[in-house]
Amino acid sequence: MKRTIPILVVLAALLAAMAVVNPFFLEPAGFLAFVKRAAPLVILAAGQYFVIVSGEFDLSVGSLVTVEVVVAARLIDGQESATWWVLLLLVAIGALVGLVNGLVTTLLSVPSFITTLGMLLILSGAVFLWTGGAPRGALSQAFRVFGRGDLGPVPWSVVILVVVAAAAVLLMRADFGKRLMATGDNDRAAALSGVRVARTRILAFVLSGLAAAVAGILLGGFAGVSAQVGQGLEFSAITAVVLGGVVLGGGRGSVVAAMAGAFSLEALFALLNLYGISGPLEYTVQGVIIIAAVAAGAAQFPSRLRAST
Amino acid sequence: MTLLSMRGIGKSFLGVPVLSGIDLDATAGEVHAVVGENGAGKSTLMKILAGVHVPDRGTIEIDGAPVAFGHPLDAQRAGVAIIYQEFNLLPERTVADNVFLGREPRRRGLVDRAAMEEETRRLLGELGESSFGPRDLVRRLSVAQRQVVEIAKALSIDARIIVMDEPTASLAEHEVELLYALVGRLRRRGMAVLYISHRLREVFDLAQRVTVLKDGARVTTVPTAEVGPAELVRLMVGRELHDYFPPRAAPGDIGEVKLSVRGGGNRKLRDIDLELRAGEITGLAGLQGSGRTELAKALFGAEPFTVGSMTPYRPRSVRQGVAAGIGLVTEDRKGEGLALRQSVRDNALLVTRSRARRGHGAGVKSLLEEVRLSPADPEREVRYLSGGNQQKVVLAKWMTVAPAVLLLDEPTRGVDVGAKAAIHDLIRRLAKDGMSILMISSELPELIGMSDRVLVMRDGRIAGALPGGSSEEAIMSVAAGQGAPA
Ligand SMILES: Nc1ncnc2c1ncn2[C@@H]1O[C@H](COP(=O)(O)OP(=O)(O)OP(=O)(O)O)[C@@H](O)[C@H]1O
Ligand SMILES: [Mg+2]
Repeated sequence: MKRTIPILVVLAALLAAMAVVNPFFLEPAGFLAFVKRAAPLVILAAGQYFVIVSGEFDLSVGSLVTVEVVVAARLIDGQESATWWVLLLLVAIGALVGLVNGLVTTLLSVPSFITTLGMLLILSGAVFLWTGGAPRGALSQAFRVFGRGDLGPVPWSVVILVVVAAAAVLLMRADFGKRLMATGDNDRAAALSGVRVARTRILAFVLSGLAAAVAGILLGGFAGVSAQVGQGLEFSAITAVVLGGVVLGGGRGSVVAAMAGAFSLEALFALLNLYGISGPLEYTVQGVIIIAAVAAGAAQFPSRLRAST
Repeated sequence: MTLLSMRGIGKSFLGVPVLSGIDLDATAGEVHAVVGENGAGKSTLMKILAGVHVPDRGTIEIDGAPVAFGHPLDAQRAGVAIIYQEFNLLPERTVADNVFLGREPRRRGLVDRAAMEEETRRLLGELGESSFGPRDLVRRLSVAQRQVVEIAKALSIDARIIVMDEPTASLAEHEVELLYALVGRLRRRGMAVLYISHRLREVFDLAQRVTVLKDGARVTTVPTAEVGPAELVRLMVGRELHDYFPPRAAPGDIGEVKLSVRGGGNRKLRDIDLELRAGEITGLAGLQGSGRTELAKALFGAEPFTVGSMTPYRPRSVRQGVAAGIGLVTEDRKGEGLALRQSVRDNALLVTRSRARRGHGAGVKSLLEEVRLSPADPEREVRYLSGGNQQKVVLAKWMTVAPAVLLLDEPTRGVDVGAKAAIHDLIRRLAKDGMSILMISSELPELIGMSDRVLVMRDGRIAGALPGGSSEEAIMSVAAGQGAPA
């Protein structure tokens, strides 16, 4: 819990700054619009958190989001009746990609950095091959509702975000979460305590894949169909998690902090936008943040080494 | 002549005082022991001397000149070397590489390997070491040999003060003798040795003076000639402590066979015949490398037998071992026993949580009290515990699931005298309640005191079985291969 505090302070400061620059932000509608915009990244960050805390990376989520959106548009192609089975299929694709990432990483002992980088390339290539660079088809109204519609006064994506966040927190409190933490911290000790280390890590990748599926469904409705919709999201998600103080290498950090990191990143982007800075510079900002956050974590490293004899 | 003088040293971690007003000095040619319960602050004090921690308060003088260390290198330059319990050697590099790590002699910009190896050979010679050379890979050395490398490293930086933090915790009995000889040499060279150990015998054998710490304060400093073991224990623990082991099992206490192996073998073990019975503590003796740990791992399923039969179950994986009711307290608590960044509670409950069907974990709090964890705070991260207290967490982890067969590999390594007695009682009680226990310990008095019978291993086989209460000599002669009673 103690380690969650810094990022909450950062987030509070950023939100205050937004309120100062743009008072509309203080009204429920303005605030909810911000949360709605942030929802996909927050969900991706939660998924990425599971993988990072188990000691791995998932670089494939950005292109997975693109795949989800492109596939949805092409298969639905404007027919309302296709919405539901396509949604199911999207979830299955997310889980399957996560499963493959997990199996290759654990059973074939390929470092996850390489596995998921490979998956990123494979998925990007597949999208290009399938669309020829310009996605075809269109999403249905029912599908778009998740990304842009409301449930009463609250946007659907906010409702979905709350459900995902609650599920993530509960998972981390359950036995699975404890096993995941122990695996990321010391997988040998975990294995010798009877933890199925490989299965635990595979599950983390599957969760990340599922998160990408949900994020893709929201983004499809929110941002529309394009072959660039997921571009760079893997880096944003990793930046968010690291900004939340989660330690690369595993075994440390909370999922709440990771999600707060995602909100902070979105708030920062929104602020930059208000000042007319945007687009490519977002990458630069992320680059600075990720290096600074990891360096801040590393600054505590010596004391970690010294901890005990 | 006073070589080292530490005055009024104080240190807090996160606002919690760990040391206060500690005075410690050492003269050239002296072995000065530092003793105290787990968590008393011994390692912290030594890390301050070695420049790892910066003290909040107090001064350090070496040869009468005040020093302040901001970094371990500063301490090295001032002539302080520290040998941690967990070594800092690179296993894949040679002995010479390790001795000169970061300070390689150079010639025309290149590392002068010849000079490095020559100098290492000279240092090893000075230490009377001929069983390995400068070009051997550290990975191939035994723990005792690695210790020699650490000491050679200390000599090479011209250290005048050497700190040894529980140097014998991972040594076999005969290797301890070698260490004694080494310490003697260091003394004669005019060095001061600060020696931390929970084994009082070593304190009296080696040290001229002993400083007792308790709860971060200095209780006293006395010449070892002026105190007895019982008195020293009282100073450390604050009360009288019995120095006997719990009574052995009576014949009626020993029940059915819980685990039996016939002709078991794998890459490191051969012809293992073994029966473990309910209510019995079987001691497993042997030299370093004789296969004791390997046997425990084979029974547990971590490195299973490849030949032979095992009944009633034969675990082929750790999960099967755990499911079959076997538990293993590993000898390598950092590498294999603990998730250091997790809390005491999460570590203690890990086995419970890895099982599909869980009976609810026995009350963690009461367990922690039983193993004498201090502070008994289940939320604390394990890495912030002292060495001995970390060991207690490894024990507690298996107590939560009450396995039918418990394999203990050096269960009291680094544990203080008081807690050790408590753990001995606990182990005997578990046996009395019907658990079957196999216990490995390099500390022969402990092994003899606890075991109902002793199996002695040599070269991957069980070389002999001795009744409980056998002498150290009898065990050692089988372990070393001089005459094997059946
Ligand atoms: N980095 C740290 N942060 C917080 N607390 C610490 C840290 N290092 C040590 N402590 C605490 O300081 C106290 C003293 O620890 P220390 O390791 O010096 O004990 P010790 O006397 O060496 O014990 P042992 O015999 O078990 O090795 C313990 O209560 C420990 O929990
Ligand atoms: Mg210590």
